[in-house]
Amino acid sequence: MKKILKNEAVQSLLTSLICIVVGMFVGYLVLLMIEPSGAAEAIVAVAKNFLGYSRTNMQLKHLGTTLVKTAPLIMCSLSILFSYKVGLFNIGVAGQYVIGSCACMYAALGFGWGWLPCMLFAAVAGGVFGMITGALKAYFNVNEVISGIMLNWIGLYFTNMVLSNVKEAASAYTYTLKAKGKAAILPTMGLDEFFNGNKYVSIAIPLSIIFAILVWVVLNKTKFGYELKATGYNKHAAKYCGMAEKRNVIVSLAISGALAGLAGSFLYQTDIEQWQVTISSVPAMGFNGIAAAFLGGLNPIGAIFSSFFIQHITEGGTHVDLTIYCSQISELISALIIYLCGFVGFLKMAMNTSLAKSEEKKALKAEKEEKGGDK
Amino acid sequence: MEQSYAIEMLNITKKFPGIIANDNISLQLKKGEIHALLGENGAGKSTLMSVLFGLYQPEEGVIKKDGKEVKISNPNDANDLGIGMVHQHFKLVECFSVLDNIILGVEPNKFGFLKKAEARKKVMELSEKYGLYIDPDAMIEDITVGMQQRTEILKMLYRDNEILIFDEPTAVLTPQEIQELMQIMKNLAAEGKSILFISHKLAEIMEVADRCTVIRKGKYIGTVETANTTMAELSAMMVGRDVNFHVEKKENKPGEVLLSVENMTVASKVHKNNAVKNVSLKVHAGEIVCIAGIDGNGQTEFVHGLTGLEPLVSGKIELCGKDITHSTIRERNVMGMSHIPEDRHKHGLVLDYTLEENLVLQRYFEPEFTNKAGFLKFKNIRKNAERLIEQYDVRSGQGPVTVARSMSGGNQQKAIIAREIDKNPEVLIAVQPTRGLDVGAIEYIHKQLVAQRDAGKAVLLVSLELDEVMDVPDRILVMYEGEIVGEFDPKTTTQEELGLYMAGAKKAEVTV
Amino acid sequence: MVLLIQYTILFACILTLVALGGCFSEHSGVINLGLEGIMVMGAMGGALMMRYLPVGTSAFVVVIATLLAALLLGMLYSALLGIAAIHFKADQTLVGTAMNILGTAAATVIVKSINTINNPDDHSSIVQYIEEKKAFIMNIGGFEFNWMMLVAVIVLIGAYVVLYKTKFGLRLMACGEHPQAADSVGINVYKMRWAGVLISGILGGLGGIMYITAGVSEWKFEYGVAGFGFLSLAVMIFGKWKPQNIALAAVLFGFFRALSNVYFGFDFLVKLNIPSGVYNMLPYVVSLIVLAFTSKHSSAPKAEGIPYDKGAR
Repeated sequence: MKKILKNEAVQSLLTSLICIVVGMFVGYLVLLMIEPSGAAEAIVAVAKNFLGYSRTNMQLKHLGTTLVKTAPLIMCSLSILFSYKVGLFNIGVAGQYVIGSCACMYAALGFGWGWLPCMLFAAVAGGVFGMITGALKAYFNVNEVISGIMLNWIGLYFTNMVLSNVKEAASAYTYTLKAKGKAAILPTMGLDEFFNGNKYVSIAIPLSIIFAILVWVVLNKTKFGYELKATGYNKHAAKYCGMAEKRNVIVSLAISGALAGLAGSFLYQTDIEQWQVTISSVPAMGFNGIAAAFLGGLNPIGAIFSSFFIQHITEGGTHVDLTIYCSQISELISALIIYLCGFVGFLKMAMNTSLAKSEEKKALKAEKEEKGGDK
Repeated sequence: MEQSYAIEMLNITKKFPGIIANDNISLQLKKGEIHALLGENGAGKSTLMSVLFGLYQPEEGVIKKDGKEVKISNPNDANDLGIGMVHQHFKLVECFSVLDNIILGVEPNKFGFLKKAEARKKVMELSEKYGLYIDPDAMIEDITVGMQQRTEILKMLYRDNEILIFDEPTAVLTPQEIQELMQIMKNLAAEGKSILFISHKLAEIMEVADRCTVIRKGKYIGTVETANTTMAELSAMMVGRDVNFHVEKKENKPGEVLLSVENMTVASKVHKNNAVKNVSLKVHAGEIVCIAGIDGNGQTEFVHGLTGLEPLVSGKIELCGKDITHSTIRERNVMGMSHIPEDRHKHGLVLDYTLEENLVLQRYFEPEFTNKAGFLKFKNIRKNAERLIEQYDVRSGQGPVTVARSMSGGNQQKAIIAREIDKNPEVLIAVQPTRGLDVGAIEYIHKQLVAQRDAGKAVLLVSLELDEVMDVPDRILVMYEGEIVGEFDPKTTTQEELGLYMAGAKKAEVTV
Repeated sequence: MVLLIQYTILFACILTLVALGGCFSEHSGVINLGLEGIMVMGAMGGALMMRYLPVGTSAFVVVIATLLAALLLGMLYSALLGIAAIHFKADQTLVGTAMNILGTAAATVIVKSINTINNPDDHSSIVQYIEEKKAFIMNIGGFEFNWMMLVAVIVLIGAYVVLYKTKFGLRLMACGEHPQAADSVGINVYKMRWAGVLISGILGGLGGIMYITAGVSEWKFEYGVAGFGFLSLAVMIFGKWKPQNIALAAVLFGFFRALSNVYFGFDFLVKLNIPSGVYNMLPYVVSLIVLAFTSKHSSAPKAEGIPYDKGAR
């Protein structure tokens, strides 16, 4: 039992579960305060999401919808954790996601490109944004958090401006791809049929999982990953042994940005949503990526599950009784969970110290018994 | 007649997970005396003082002030009892003025507003009374180490402390500043202050202290009057055996020049002047050259310039006859330069990596450890670690997979040395390689350096310890304020002579 | 033109308030990235207070009660950062980010629930305060003077005096620069950091209420505060963590922000036919460029962002 608890992965899982349970519980308390009578039902609706439907085919269809939005979230969380391993907090993930969305949508609606070029263009755009942050960090010592925040807003206003050229005349939304950029819709490879005709289910979902595995391999099995992690743990030592730390900072943020850019592509190229050119706040997707990355214990494989969970409860929020509660309750819960993730380090430390203490006691006891035996 | 003690620490025991830092230690400080606390690094001096200062709570033992038992649970309690301390690493806020630092925590104020004029008056009075010259309006970051130390002393006096603790106060000072400090300490004692002087430098203790308490490996060894003892006796008490500091080595046969530096100038990070000024030197195959000097005279910047960690302002470096002035760090490493860094935690190791990962830090990119596709060869990394651990006797809890952070300082250093020597360099640069290590580890490291020299490598040693400077190298260069001010043969020079050059009192034109 | 000046001053005051908030927190050693969320909470507190004050309350009472509600809520909310950053050594960037999302989400949920309870068909997150808002404003020859401007000036002077002339300020800054040194002279680092964080909450809350009463008479809380908290951080950095410089930086940033609001009032700007997005982007682009040139030698408090651990030395 104690041996299991000592395992890093088990600890991560355990602490994440604690965050989830506490976060959901506080969410429940909030619901109770708003209106006690339906609170239990509402929190169950949030937790159940698509499982709330009684028919299997409806369940599948809505599971599909959840998965469609999980794919970009996985990419965002990969983006966060990749740069975090190099010791960088890429809060600019939100802006990189936005600029990626901008790139792929303009390529689709403005240039009429096919899906793959659109996707690559999104990755490049996000990568460039990430690279700017990286270059500012490496050559001008600008804190990546601050420049990331600035770039988030620059990206947002830029995107609103650019996409205004490809929007419906009567509304603030861009054209659907179905109407004006059919070639850019991601192929479904039959996945849509499996999910009961949910036409938004596309290769983005398997692709995001493949990317997660790729990131894991790069970080843990390659020379590049070894360098990146060394830089993240101790940049002085990395410099001392001749690693090109400036280049590593820029490259890692560029890759991080490209992953975030792909997230934009993975959402908007399914045509499930259109961009609203009047929005005045940076979309939550990138920030939710932060939540997913930390909830997943900063592990690429963990990120798959944590992303799914966060998207699951976010979708679940739309299933509460909207005449009493509002769907933002799930945003509140996921924000609480991110907040609680801040305590993970402390929880792990507390676990380890209590384990060490109990081990020490055991050792002492054994020693005493041995001595007693001598007498 | 009962002895009058200012402070007594009786039978103090303090345990940390895994070790007993203080095991039944007693220390009695008489009023108006200078009492030395002697012990090697890691003997438990700092822990004992932290207990006295309320930073740690002892498991057993009592502390008495003027014969009455007291409880000290935080630095405030210590301060209330009149105990003050000059820490080894000064506790000064760099961007505050001297005056602000002195009054911090006991600010004279009216309704919370500072009354600086009043504070200034008191500080200047104290400064004059004890001969502690300071500029109250200067920022800490702009003043000399000596003045920073005087600021620390004034901090204690400003608080009317009666018991003054000096934690290794001379480590960062020039011999002249050390003399000044000794005088200041004597003045303070004459004024009735009781002084506790923590050190491992025997000569200083003999000169200034009245009595000396010796601890070793957390245990109390004894207390002696300095008038009735000798340095040899103190030394034996401190280390527990007669130590033969002498390193056995054969006559050296210098070969061709492997490292050549011409007119190197490096900018300083802390002040606007250059830290290294126009330094030239050569190191031959089969010799150990030592750069001696007081800490902070440009040695660090010189090494950083040499290894590529900092850019040069001007100058030229040649390694094995090839110009490496503009080479990257990696290029220098590959071409045969090894560097045992001054700060093993900052530069030498990735503490969160395992031992095996750290042992390939300089070689992970070689085909032996990385295949063509960029994947690491974990089997070879493990083999490499096992070989080095065996060969250099690096001890750790779980072998290759031990996280470096959890290893002892000596074994961390051994790991670095194993890594740097094993890559078979032409030039080995070792900066304070024995800092903070116990006697056994020091001997081991010195032997390794000599072995490298005997194998025909060039070794450049940077050291602050005079014993090491006199014993290990074949040639000594003294660095003072960024310049080489003298060259000596360790067989013919004396510590006293070196000291004069290290302090800038003497200067010679050195031609390389 | 008056409008441009008015908005510049208004925005400059908001930025000053919030940036000074950040300044106190960072001088104590805690990075406060959650200012955006704190502003939202403060704004909500003030807005709800205005809405629930009985009609006919005297202007003075309205102003005082609203400000009190805003600063109290801001302060309470900042305690979330205090607990996590000071006692649990949490990653301050992570916690700040969470607080920003949480602030907007919580304010939306609260306002929506209140609206829905009052009127089952009302699912909006809007609070109206048309009448009460007038209490804040005095019209001086076409220039709308907002009492909050006075508050901002007082806070600015107060911040300067507190930081540089009092015992509290000296101790606070010591904790952000060298907490071990502060501890060694008996200063309770945790307490001082709490003070810094709570003050930042108070000032953030005030900035929040000022933001939503600037120009408009109702607020939709789903919008949050549109990046003003982040902009304030840029002001703080640009102002090198010093109150006097922060005020100047705030005027500069406020000007650009004002320009994006009122550029259509200037014929020559309209003729240039630059999309409004460009004006919106400008303050961020400018601050990014400025940061690039001023960050080489940072004057940030040295120990900011590093959790203080009494045991580690």
